[in-house]
Amino acid sequence: MVNLFKWGLKRSPWVFHLAASACNNCDIEILDLLTPKFDLERFGIVLVGSPRHADVLLVSGIVNRQSIERFRRVYDQVPNPKLVVAVGTCACSANMFRDSYNFVKPVDQIIPVDVYVPGCPPKPEAMIAGVVKALQKIK
Amino acid sequence: MLRYLFYYLVAPGFIFSLILGALTSWIDRKLTARLQYRQGPPWYQPFADILKLLGKETIVPEGSTRLVFLSAPLLGLAAATLASTLICLFNLYPAESFGGDLIVVVYLLTVPSLAMILGGAASRNPLASLGISREMKLILAYELPFLISLAVVIAKSGSLLFSGILGPQVNHGMFLYSFSGFLAFLVSLLVVQAKLGLVPFDIAEAEQEIMAGPLLEYSGTPLAIFKMTKLILFFCLPILMITLFMGGGGIWWFILKYILIVTLIVLIKNTNPRLRIDQALRFFWGPATALALLAFVLAVMGW
Repeated sequence: MVNLFKWGLKRSPWVFHLAASACNNCDIEILDLLTPKFDLERFGIVLVGSPRHADVLLVSGIVNRQSIERFRRVYDQVPNPKLVVAVGTCACSANMFRDSYNFVKPVDQIIPVDVYVPGCPPKPEAMIAGVVKALQKIK
Repeated sequence: MLRYLFYYLVAPGFIFSLILGALTSWIDRKLTARLQYRQGPPWYQPFADILKLLGKETIVPEGSTRLVFLSAPLLGLAAATLASTLICLFNLYPAESFGGDLIVVVYLLTVPSLAMILGGAASRNPLASLGISREMKLILAYELPFLISLAVVIAKSGSLLFSGILGPQVNHGMFLYSFSGFLAFLVSLLVVQAKLGLVPFDIAEAEQEIMAGPLLEYSGTPLAIFKMTKLILFFCLPILMITLFMGGGGIWWFILKYILIVTLIVLIKNTNPRLRIDQALRFFWGPATALALLAFVLAVMGW
């Protein structure tokens, strides 16, 4: 039974896009990712509207004082097992905002992050590689 | 007794309908993908989705009515499975038909929508309640033309039984070939679109505006059950259409007609934008009802 479930999880990762006050650059690239050109449905990847349906969280942007509470809450709303992919240099290491008065913590100190995809913004191909790598962590 | 349990649980009930419904849903996704110049998912995609959802954690949101929230999906699944079993059974063995079975099936086909309304209302989410109010209006909208187009079939065959509807079509050709039958077929094709919650009428689940509507708070097994209900409906509604309007012919003809109807549904889905709820209501109560009424008058006149 467990093997069947893992087989399903690897082939049908539903993605929720969690923008934690990003500058919109990564978000636009994520939307690019979902266009027919890149055809994510090959891997069973579907963008869902509700965190309750999601398996993979695509996090973009830095977490600031306003959004940290909501950020934690959305993470908790995702049912287990879940994977987190940090998209963009901001989500990986806070980039140029690391000295900002409004910056609290890097993403990976708030929630566990499975895969980092650096870039400002990363290419859609890099994001696909990131999600596929995250799926390989399921043993 | 055991025989009927087998019909309900294995074939042509739950397992059979689920597998064929999943394959139909794959045809839908693959065709959609090809229409958008992409490859699309592999054939086992719907199975992978269901298996994954069955294994995920089930979250019951704080403040929701636990009993209704968890039992509503089961209600919908049970009704959809029974409807699918009955429709397939009457096609295989017309002798099993009983008095007024058409009415039983029509009632059973509304229950999945009602289950969605119950579950959405129990989940205590503002977007879900927005979704259920739209779903309710949509049911009110499409049931009227649907019932009138059923009345066309009843007027043409003079029977409320599936066997009585299939009989004249086997002997004298399908109802689709007459004026009234064709009009009623068009109307009920659009109604099937709305019953399945597909694009011009996916107002209740509108992914881009109210996330997933009534399903918003569902996760894990209950969500899987809702998805299975959808798959079973996707299997049995085209078969209902074939029984009502395109009866007769052998098994290969049957498969051909099935694929034709599914393709029509997918094409309508892919070439139309979503309507607003008031537009859908106006459409179903206006032109669709007028067409169905015209078809009824033609059917009574013997066209």
